[in-house]
Amino acid sequence: MLARLRVNWVILRTCLEERLVYRADFAFATFVRFLPIVTQIFLWGAIFAVHSDHPHQSINNYSYEDMIAYYLLAMIGRAFSSMPGLATGVARDVREGTIKKFLIQPVDFLGYLFWHRVAHKLVYYIVAIGPFVLVFFLCRGYFPGWPDGPTVAAFLISLPAAFLIGFLIESMIGLISFWFLEVSSLIFVYMMLNYFLSGHMIPLDWFPEPLNQIVLYLPFKYLAYFPASVMLGRYSHAELIVELTAAAGWIVILLAANRFMFARGVRHYGAFGG
Amino acid sequence: MIAIEADKLTKIYRVYRKREGLFASVAGLFHREFKEVHAVQEVSFRIDQGEMVAFLGPNGAGKTTTLKLLSGLIFPTAGSATVLGHIPWEREDSYRRRFSLVMGQKNQLWWDLPAQESFQLHKEIYRIDPADFRRRVDELTDLLQVRDLVGQPVRELSLGERMRMELIAALLHRPDVLLLDEPTIGLDVISQRRVQDFLRYYQGQQKLTVLLTSHYMKDVEALCKRAVIINEGEIKHDGPLEEIVDRFSTHKVVELQFAQAEIPADLADFGEVFDEKPPRVKLKVLRAQVPEVLSALLSRYAIEDVSVSDRPLEEVIAEMFVATKDAETEMSGTVGSVP
Repeated sequence: MLARLRVNWVILRTCLEERLVYRADFAFATFVRFLPIVTQIFLWGAIFAVHSDHPHQSINNYSYEDMIAYYLLAMIGRAFSSMPGLATGVARDVREGTIKKFLIQPVDFLGYLFWHRVAHKLVYYIVAIGPFVLVFFLCRGYFPGWPDGPTVAAFLISLPAAFLIGFLIESMIGLISFWFLEVSSLIFVYMMLNYFLSGHMIPLDWFPEPLNQIVLYLPFKYLAYFPASVMLGRYSHAELIVELTAAAGWIVILLAANRFMFARGVRHYGAFGG
Repeated sequence: MIAIEADKLTKIYRVYRKREGLFASVAGLFHREFKEVHAVQEVSFRIDQGEMVAFLGPNGAGKTTTLKLLSGLIFPTAGSATVLGHIPWEREDSYRRRFSLVMGQKNQLWWDLPAQESFQLHKEIYRIDPADFRRRVDELTDLLQVRDLVGQPVRELSLGERMRMELIAALLHRPDVLLLDEPTIGLDVISQRRVQDFLRYYQGQQKLTVLLTSHYMKDVEALCKRAVIINEGEIKHDGPLEEIVDRFSTHKVVELQFAQAEIPADLADFGEVFDEKPPRVKLKVLRAQVPEVLSALLSRYAIEDVSVSDRPLEEVIAEMFVATKDAETEMSGTVGSVP
């Protein structure tokens, strides 16, 4: 157990060192990812016609301020749940054969992917925390104020949950490459679905009936919509417990699915690829 | 004790057969033809602990597939194998801690980081005692003369330096079995020699069991006493290296240096002249006729120097592969021409 922890720690440390090699690229990528946030704020301003003589007071129970607050909080969720390059990386490892080193060494490939991604995120937060704080400070007027303690706690739990669910879904898509070497179209489809179903584009309660009910039963909402809605105080304490339990359930299901697919995938690889 | 045992190991791949052209590509969307590739066919051999065996064959002969089977990356269509008492494709951690696979064309080291970071990671993955680890890194980096380079990012190393780092990473956990797939591919002569010297020394010292594939006969001759020759998935020879030349080479090379600058015109009567640099000449002579030819030559001409040698291993093996190919083409040709 202790030995395994040490392996994970050294994997994390090595990945951190690796991530820090290309500083300029990383800083630039982080900066570029903030641009859409600014344009999105302008876009919502136009939709709510805030600068016209007849601005919309609210759309689907969201005021312009609510919408900006929702969007910014959803961005925090996405900072945890988005996994750039994860599935494509797995597919590349399979296609180019670099996965071999994980198969011949006594190391768990999924565990390695996980710690690699944790390192990726940690470095991202170090670089992104400054711009995030600035954006939130400039937009502080849009927020309704701090919710109560348990709600903040639920929000803080919802972020690692978003990370885990995002990681497990995308690594699963990557594992499909054991069967189909090229998964880029599949990843594109997932990105599109993710954009709609996670609440990245619009809050999920904006969807028409019965779609708005269905999407709430899917795991995607935990990637952006759920953390944002929690922080906006849209859940009661009792609902928070139910939701967080459901998120834990999804994590267990997705983890089991990943393990199953990896075991089957390696068998398939052994039979046909290599 | 037997370290590696393969018994009728067979691997058949099903590959998509694409016909030429755009039309065929479109047709391939709806219907695909597959063909079976017999990468390895009923291959059997045994390797004792501490033996260093060369695995030879032309490209596509099935060498790498066999190594992949033995390292548990793929599993066979039929047949069985055990390495150190383990079935490789069950991929137990207890097996994976006891062997290493080094592929000359694949990287195991972290590209952007210094090799020492990869070594540290291996230390944890293979649970190497810190004191042992320190000692082994020192020993191996000294032997391979890369001590000063362990702190440099791997991507900045030359191919030869990188390969030596790969070997160190593969040996840190003291594996009992080492599978080497073209470890000297693309290396310059000096790096090749360094790797060879190291492998010979280290294998002798550690009593490692090594199975090595290489296209460089120099590697093989320098390192292995025994060779398994595989072609088109089947074993063609398994035995001492020198036996290959005895068994498959019908000729010896007789090298003569004449006293006068001119080379006699009737040398072709004694054998095939294949290298002529007056006053020296090389003749290919049938093995059985060597004594006879030598005495005839010596009595007839003024010869200053003479030597008889076996043909280079490389040549003999190349000829062997061509011969099997020709024989097969001939056979299929005969079958094909029957009305």
